[in-house]
Amino acid sequence: MHGFANPKRFLALASWLTPLLLVSGLVLTAGALFWGFTQVPPDRLMGETVRILFIHVPTAWLGMGGWTAIAISSLVFLVWRHPLAAIAARGAAVPGLIFTLICLATGSIWGRPTWGTWWVWDGRLTSMLVLAFLYVAYIALAQSAEREGVSARIPAIFGLLGAVNIPIINRSVVWWNSLHQPPSITMGKSAIDGIFLAPLLVAVIGFSLIFGGVVLARMRALLADIQAEARLRRRAMEAD
Amino acid sequence: MREALDQWTFVYAAYALGVGGTLAMMAWSWLAMKRAEARREKARQR
Repeated sequence: MHGFANPKRFLALASWLTPLLLVSGLVLTAGALFWGFTQVPPDRLMGETVRILFIHVPTAWLGMGGWTAIAISSLVFLVWRHPLAAIAARGAAVPGLIFTLICLATGSIWGRPTWGTWWVWDGRLTSMLVLAFLYVAYIALAQSAEREGVSARIPAIFGLLGAVNIPIINRSVVWWNSLHQPPSITMGKSAIDGIFLAPLLVAVIGFSLIFGGVVLARMRALLADIQAEARLRRRAMEAD
Repeated sequence: MREALDQWTFVYAAYALGVGGTLAMMAWSWLAMKRAEARREKARQR
């Protein structure tokens, strides 16, 4: 693992892995969404709106997964001081935020015909909204730390502290009364019928591959910016 | 009184948002990466 913390080795790996993850993710996601959109029957209670499941659930999991990645990378950065770990955390922030926003928007769209309301201030929806705000704060903090030349330890500590919200999101439907349904999929068990579960799992894999590809693309962009900046600074110093 | 809602409208809206948002994020990240790597190459050649 430590071997890949070398930027040169990381770039050699990411150069072929980025397009592979993006293309395979796109193919799997398109297939799963087509399957869910055209082949799955309407649900007994939710009717046709059950098809929103195939976008809402993967983006919700990846919204939380994105922050988990930030927390793990931040911990690695704080303990082992690998600069690539700080870059990995920053790379996961934007896709995590976008998937969280898609989850919130599709949840709201799903809530209107099933619950009769676009929004309710319950534990699940509110903690997910807090996650979106945490992402925005993390991105702003990481950008300003880089611009002002402040240590990357400050956003890393924020990334670790923000992870407190992840178990709250996960347990919110168990701890508090909510319009949101309790967990349908737990370790090794599912309350979802196989006819819905199969395309859902393909969609989760597809969206996860896209997430991985986007994280790698953003890490490559951040690394390239740092390397270009360093080279220009070196040239300017040599010219002086 | 029951509201008469066309469920498909909500499905279309969710799919448009989900698919559009994901594709836009992929395109943005890919282009940003290509631009940054081109800038690095330019800095190397200077």
